[in-house]
Amino acid sequence: MMHHVGTLKASGQMALPPWRSRVLFVCLLAGFVGLLARGVYLQGINNGFLQQKGDARYGRVVAINAHRGMISDRNGAPLAISTPVDSIWASPQDVKATPKQIKTLASMLDLNAAKLKRRMLNKSRDFVYLKRQLAPELAGKVAGLGIPGVSLQREYRRYYPSGDVTSQLIGFTNVDDKGQEGIELALQSLLSGKAGSQRVIKDRRGQIVEDVASLRLPKEGGDVVLSLDNKIQFMAFREIRKAVEDHKAKAGSIVVLDAKTGEVLALANWPSFNPNNRSNLEPGAMRNRVVTDMFEPGSTMKPFTVAAALELGKVKPDTIINTENGVYKLGGRTIHDTHQAASLSVAQVIQKSSNVGAAKIALLMKPKQLWTSLSEDGFGAQTGSGFPGESPGILRDYKKWRPIEQATMSYGNGISVTLLQLARAYTAFANDGELLPVTLFKREVPPIGISVFSPATAHAVKDMLETVVRPGGTAPLAQITGYRVAGKTGTAHKVEGGRYVDHYVASFVGMAPASNPRLIVAVMVNDPSGAAYYGGLVAAPVFRNVMGSALRQFNVPNDAPLDNVMRPDPSEFVREDV
Amino acid sequence: MLRLNFLLLSLAIVCALGVVTSQHKARKYFMALQSEKDKAQEMEVEWGQLQLELGSLALPARVEKIASAQLQMRVPQGKQIQFVRIDSARVVTP
Repeated sequence: MMHHVGTLKASGQMALPPWRSRVLFVCLLAGFVGLLARGVYLQGINNGFLQQKGDARYGRVVAINAHRGMISDRNGAPLAISTPVDSIWASPQDVKATPKQIKTLASMLDLNAAKLKRRMLNKSRDFVYLKRQLAPELAGKVAGLGIPGVSLQREYRRYYPSGDVTSQLIGFTNVDDKGQEGIELALQSLLSGKAGSQRVIKDRRGQIVEDVASLRLPKEGGDVVLSLDNKIQFMAFREIRKAVEDHKAKAGSIVVLDAKTGEVLALANWPSFNPNNRSNLEPGAMRNRVVTDMFEPGSTMKPFTVAAALELGKVKPDTIINTENGVYKLGGRTIHDTHQAASLSVAQVIQKSSNVGAAKIALLMKPKQLWTSLSEDGFGAQTGSGFPGESPGILRDYKKWRPIEQATMSYGNGISVTLLQLARAYTAFANDGELLPVTLFKREVPPIGISVFSPATAHAVKDMLETVVRPGGTAPLAQITGYRVAGKTGTAHKVEGGRYVDHYVASFVGMAPASNPRLIVAVMVNDPSGAAYYGGLVAAPVFRNVMGSALRQFNVPNDAPLDNVMRPDPSEFVREDV
Repeated sequence: MLRLNFLLLSLAIVCALGVVTSQHKARKYFMALQSEKDKAQEMEVEWGQLQLELGSLALPARVEKIASAQLQMRVPQGKQIQFVRIDSARVVTP
């Protein structure tokens, strides 16, 4: 063309008409204006479209993971901890894998190669999981294969290192990492983390090259420190389990309190379950019986009746009570003592666990007086532990009491308590009459107690409780070498369908060292159906083993000589009245 | 006027190049930051796993089993324990 024009020009034979250059000029100008207008339109007026396309190619919103907080015992040992796992997923549209790669992947994931291939190349789907919740190490190897279209997704799995030892207390989370039971449920909002998100620009290789904006900051889950002591918890669990199995009982519970702070140092139930593998879960094994189950405590209530009467000045520890040779008729019913005595002192009523004696002491008070004292001790109300499903127990309104009811309540029939309530009520005897609030969480500052008895009353009752474990009492098996122990047995008929049946609840609540109590242990064994069912035979040994090792654990100095423990033959036991 | 225009043009070009290089640098640093963050995350993961491992190795059940079965250890009897009081450094012989 140029050449052609040149030749024309050179020949000079023919001049171009001027309109041609003008037409060309206008055409070119129109072209430029068109481009410019299009440019202005795309960049300025309707810029959303291109922006959107660009974002779709390179802009991504990525999640910033936040994990659930850890639950640990008072010394920092983990009881529930979230660790990341990776799930492998593929987007079949983008998968480009050689047969060899698929084979390697299949052997890594322990899957059938043919099946895996079918799943990876199933074009009808946008997203398929190849394998969920892999250890990050293995997942890293998978990522190392570099198969296009195969990616990792971070997830968190909750592990419970102590397994069935703490399961009812800690509870567990579901697949969505939401608390379902126990502490996991109670403190869900504190424990759960909130994933954040940010808008980023990714390059062709999928690497993040620019942080455009943080849409939501992640919130890491908070850690929770329980008041539990791992070692004592283990001892408590092992002993309660052994007791339930040895005595062919239905269930058993134990709670260990720090007598000075009201902290729960151990809380265990049997039957239990493994929270890491809940495939065959019995509903009964999930209950935290210490807190959610109420029972008629039996004779472990007697100290509170006696303390109320002492506090009101109705009796003194050496006041003699006529125990009617163990048979006392009241309102058409008869109260029995298996240990028949004509008369006992108030202290002996506790030591021998006389029902007649306790009933007579209770009847010295007005219903309102006894009710007020018992409710001040925390009966009939939740302990404030904050555990989900905590039972308040039953302490009926005194206005509806008949004399026989007031009498039976004195020895723990017609009143229902939880084991935690019972253990907590004993803090009053351990702390000069001050009732402490209980907690499942580690305390940083000492709690403020409520004074429910005078120090003199508390000491008098504690002295009586010490006689229980001596020979002549109902629980010599609760003696611990080198320590003075104060405690009380309980053996109560169970109530089924509103009637008392010949099944029992054996219990023991005690504190040691009695000179300055450091720990309170409460044990409850539900329906022991072996040879023995008395609290002194079934529950007291559990108390002894757990309390003994816990005292050693805390290096509590001895307050008794090391060679005065007398363990009578079980046949010589003072049977308590049930 | 023309000189000023040229000056401004060259200034604009220099600025444009500056933007490009700083953008490039920013991305490079950002990638470095990202990989450090990934490393931190990995370490956190490892910490969690070590914590878990420690927890399962230090389970009282396991410790007790090893102590009694492999090391022939026993819980001391009351008489075998002596308490040393820190306040007076006096040995309390039972």
